[in-house]
Amino acid sequence: MKFADFVCFEATIPELRARDRDGAITELVSALDKAGKLGKGNREEIIKAVIKREKEASTGMGKGVAVPHVKHGAVKNVVAAVGQSSAGIDFSALDKQPVYSIILLISPVSDPDKHLQTMEKVFKHLQQERFRKFLRQCQKAEQIEDLLREADENPFL
Amino acid sequence: MKMQTGEDSAQNLVCEAEIEIKNAEGLHMRPAMQFVDVANQFDSDVTVSSGENRADGKSIMQMSMLAATCGTRLKIRAEGADAQEVVSALRELVEEKLFGEPPPSGQKEH
Repeated sequence: MKFADFVCFEATIPELRARDRDGAITELVSALDKAGKLGKGNREEIIKAVIKREKEASTGMGKGVAVPHVKHGAVKNVVAAVGQSSAGIDFSALDKQPVYSIILLISPVSDPDKHLQTMEKVFKHLQQERFRKFLRQCQKAEQIEDLLREADENPFL
Repeated sequence: MKMQTGEDSAQNLVCEAEIEIKNAEGLHMRPAMQFVDVANQFDSDVTVSSGENRADGKSIMQMSMLAATCGTRLKIRAEGADAQEVVSALRELVEEKLFGEPPPSGQKEH
């Protein structure tokens, strides 16, 4: 599994306008919607579903990263958006620290194994301090794409 | 020196077990969090391996990386005074409680 297989590079936001969790989720889902990844008329419902999931248990796993996600019939394959906030966003993270990098995933309902393989890829890199640092340093969408493509070639990044 | 070793070995038990993921959705984030919560109730160190991947059983970020699908067999290794207790609690969570989730539909439970 590669980032390029599921990350929508038209939905990478180097500086989120949102200052809170729900706003950031809205911005990222909207970016996927605008890129045509979510079918027609599903945007609002998906935003609500991601926020609901987030309220049940935060996906802010600590170290400044969060991976909000939900399964939804609107997608046939996993799609992801990536957003950054230099100010940091309160995601009620496990370590109670602000979140600077957000990878939002929408997974198909019927393929739990695919969802897990995507998570494996995401967390393999997110747990590397170097990768988190590089991600935070990205100031342009192209830099995020370059970093993720580089990570696809280098499993240790 | 000898006494210390004796005391150490009395407190540093090692317990290993292989357990199978049986809920349909596999070890996604919520089950991984439950796993880490249970592991953290004990003092022993817990290491979990799935194929080539190895994770600290008390770290949610590492456990999320295991991507253990339904049917995957995980190796659990605990080291410490309560090694046996933690392994049996984790086995119960994974194999008996199925993290409170359903098994695959249309498939008989083994």
